[in-house]
Amino acid sequence: MRLLLIIVSAVLINNFVLVQFLGICPFLGVTKKVETAIGMGAAVIFVMTLASAITYVVQYAILEKFNIPFLQTIAFILVIAALVQFVELVLKKTSPSLYQALGVYLPLITTNCAVLGVAILNINYHYNFIESVVFGAAAAVGFTLALILFACIRERMEYSPIPKALEGFPIALISAALMSIAFMGFSGLI
Amino acid sequence: MNFLQPIKNGIFSENPTFRIVVGMCPTLAVTTSAINGIGMGLSTMAVLVGSNIVLSAIRKIVPDKIRIPIFVVVIASFVTIVAMLLEAFVPSLYKALGIYIPLIVVNCIIIQRAEAFANQNPVLSSMADGIGMGLGFTFALLMMGSVRELIGVGSIFGINIMGADYEPAMIFIQSPGAFLTLGFLMALVNFISYKRKEKKEEAGE
Repeated sequence: MRLLLIIVSAVLINNFVLVQFLGICPFLGVTKKVETAIGMGAAVIFVMTLASAITYVVQYAILEKFNIPFLQTIAFILVIAALVQFVELVLKKTSPSLYQALGVYLPLITTNCAVLGVAILNINYHYNFIESVVFGAAAAVGFTLALILFACIRERMEYSPIPKALEGFPIALISAALMSIAFMGFSGLI
Repeated sequence: MNFLQPIKNGIFSENPTFRIVVGMCPTLAVTTSAINGIGMGLSTMAVLVGSNIVLSAIRKIVPDKIRIPIFVVVIASFVTIVAMLLEAFVPSLYKALGIYIPLIVVNCIIIQRAEAFANQNPVLSSMADGIGMGLGFTFALLMMGSVRELIGVGSIFGINIMGADYEPAMIFIQSPGAFLTLGFLMALVNFISYKRKEKKEEAGE
């Protein structure tokens, strides 16, 4: 039950992109086409789930054990950067087709604040191991959902007449605001 | 060496938020009030200046292939320092900014300046660049925070401006307001620069 609550909350109510503002850069950067949004989303789901598991172990087996939790930021970002590199290498060797699909997006993920954000939030919320992994995966699904929906809207916008000053980012941000209002409707769910 | 140029650059022609469009997450997330905006802007600026100085000082001994991990470690160290200072001296701000303080590490502005400027320029001009970009970012955050606080609460810096009869539009301090405010501010900046260009073209003919 608690797990279900975590999933619903992370995907819909506290959506990473639209409510918590984590991962805005890819949200604005790679949502010009639906395919790229799907590719990015898949890569993020993959990395965020893994990152949640690994940073959990790093936090409790290394940082807490040796009483150095103040090194959290440095340790986490290094772990995530190394993880992304590692995933890239493994994918390249084992599944070239998946690598081709996700390849370009993987390096971008290191600087995606959603990944570091989920790692820190897991620790702040005192989730246990399973909850951390579920939360990581659910948050990534929420991220992907927002990305794909937004990409659909932006594809349509290409064909609409837009005032010159609003072209590009401003109109994208305003449509994101409308999406965010729509997602506020979910806040009554739990 | 002209110090004013990079500073002016950072605030106006290359403003990180309105022009280059990097570092969006903190811009949207913490600007629920003017004071939070300034706090976040100055913290980021401190990290930016520190990392720019250190990275430009060591730029000749850093091997090109592993420069990104080195950048990240230096930046993360400065972020940790800033987080500790904030927690010790302004705990209320530390609480308000919350998770977004450690997330300064992945703020694209900092790594972008490290890669594009500090890695190629001497220490002093890198410092000036850090100050300029930091001020530009702080300025943008202050604008965002002021607009959102003014419309969403009716005050700026906690001082009531709109009078007691004003009914605040709560949505501006909630998440949709962040997107909306930034969208319109960016449109305004675009509009002004188009007008200026038109004027220049008219004058040129």
